[in-house]
Amino acid sequence: MSELPGDLLYTNDHEWLRQEGDGIVVVGITEHAATALGDLVYVELPEVGQDVDAGGEMAVVESVKAASDVYAPIAGSVTEVNEELADDPEKINADPYGDGWIVKMQVAELDESELMSPDAYQKLLDELDD
Amino acid sequence: MPFIPHTGKDTREMLAAIGAESIDDLFDEIPAELRIDHLHGVPEALTEMEVTRLMRERAHMDGSPLCFIGAGAYEHHIPAAVWDITTRGEYYSAYTPYQAEASQGTLQTIYEYQTMITELTGLDVSNASLYDGASALAEAALMSVRANRKVKSGHVLLAPGVNPLYDKVAESITGGQGLTFEWLPRDSATGNLDFDKLPEGTNPVAVVMQQPTFAGTLEDVDRLTDWAHAQGAFAIGIANPTSLAVLKAPGHWGAEGVDIACGEGQPLGVPLSSGGPYFGYMTCKQKHVRQMPGRIVGRTVDLDGNPGFTLTLQAREQHIRHTKATSNICTNQGLMVTAATIYMALLGHEGIARVARQSHANTVRLVDGLCAIDGIERLYDGPYLHEVALRFDRPVGPMLERLAAQGILAGYDLTEYAGTDALLVCATETKSDADIDRCIAAVAEVMNG
Repeated sequence: MSELPGDLLYTNDHEWLRQEGDGIVVVGITEHAATALGDLVYVELPEVGQDVDAGGEMAVVESVKAASDVYAPIAGSVTEVNEELADDPEKINADPYGDGWIVKMQVAELDESELMSPDAYQKLLDELDD
Repeated sequence: MPFIPHTGKDTREMLAAIGAESIDDLFDEIPAELRIDHLHGVPEALTEMEVTRLMRERAHMDGSPLCFIGAGAYEHHIPAAVWDITTRGEYYSAYTPYQAEASQGTLQTIYEYQTMITELTGLDVSNASLYDGASALAEAALMSVRANRKVKSGHVLLAPGVNPLYDKVAESITGGQGLTFEWLPRDSATGNLDFDKLPEGTNPVAVVMQQPTFAGTLEDVDRLTDWAHAQGAFAIGIANPTSLAVLKAPGHWGAEGVDIACGEGQPLGVPLSSGGPYFGYMTCKQKHVRQMPGRIVGRTVDLDGNPGFTLTLQAREQHIRHTKATSNICTNQGLMVTAATIYMALLGHEGIARVARQSHANTVRLVDGLCAIDGIERLYDGPYLHEVALRFDRPVGPMLERLAAQGILAGYDLTEYAGTDALLVCATETKSDADIDRCIAAVAEVMNG
């Protein structure tokens, strides 16, 4: 597994979050999650304008093996969804931290202590490997 | 696959392996006050001989009446080969396969069923079937809520020709999830929807229509499908599969076709059997397939390039998604679908069309004969397929009882539905001219006697 991007924040549920300024954050799932699910065949995206709570269900990623919820890392309002995933869900497998982003959200405030740093998330992954 | 019960030794070995003393121990975590030791109204077990005798006596009570009742279930000729093949050991399971891919023959049967039912309904994809027509409508309504995400109302409009029992079942199944159902107005002259009185601004998630209608009339489903779409609603079409060999398929209703078609599959090779088991069918447009309940069999190739069949879309089912499953339907009516597949394969499109045309011709003969009797006339004008509502000048209930005593089930009492003394009659291809004439003569005698 390649190294974790250092500019992202992470969650216990294997989502990542990138801050783009002006209260906009980009959210996706980590390479660990994408690999565990296997080749994705479908992504159910939320609607633009939908409000989500921290930890609330935001999207569903479906592989041939299972369909899993993607949870919102923090509360906010969906401003954009990655429409390209509709035709090409495997972008998430190929480039989970780039082209495989899932939603953009407008958030009121971001308390970084609620999320995991790359080091903390790496530690979680190491523990899962043990 | 043979049924092999556990022997006492098997049971003891399994209990020993998990360290339990008895089977009752496995239920220890359920508090005693929540357990019941017998079900009220359910008698003690009977022996096989006693059950056989009981069922034979009950079956005898049905007699073998001459049946002119339709109203949702239809007596059609079933070629002998249908159930001869269906009851072969390799097929004879009422249920969906669990080691699915090990049952390639069963999967291929379901795949061919799906292919034929999509052709009949003019839509892109079919699931492997549901329990019956009524529960299929409930699932179609729930599917509309999931797939038509723009609309949050959970409000479903029903054209007046929808089978009223389907409404009751759909409300029972979906009411707890907040769905509401509303009947659209009926034009009392035609029996069909009154387009002049369509409600505005109800924000429906789906509009349900049935063709032919419960009263046998033909609804303007093209116009109603377009109206549904103009409201931002899904169009759900219920159709008798026999009718689809001669009438326009729901996938072609209106400018865009319905989003979901569903209905009762019983006319396709399943006997009346006092009301079941039957099966429900459901088909939809490709773009909604992710929200379709149940399972779908797909065709693929293995690593060596050999064709094979596999369950697809399982990922959304109950055993994987638990409470978040697309629906609680994780199965299909395996045995009934096997019969339907063989029936459709034996008859072909032309054969089913002949069944529909002969049923129409027989119903014309029956209706013309009955309407020549004083006090009987058609309740609604307009074209029909094989079912017609008749208005009577007196209550039909007592008359039906007298006819039943002569071995004739002359029709379905439509009085409650129609709001006037009325009978719904149907003569399928199973009725000879002599059968029909016997019914007409018997009704005339009761009316004049």
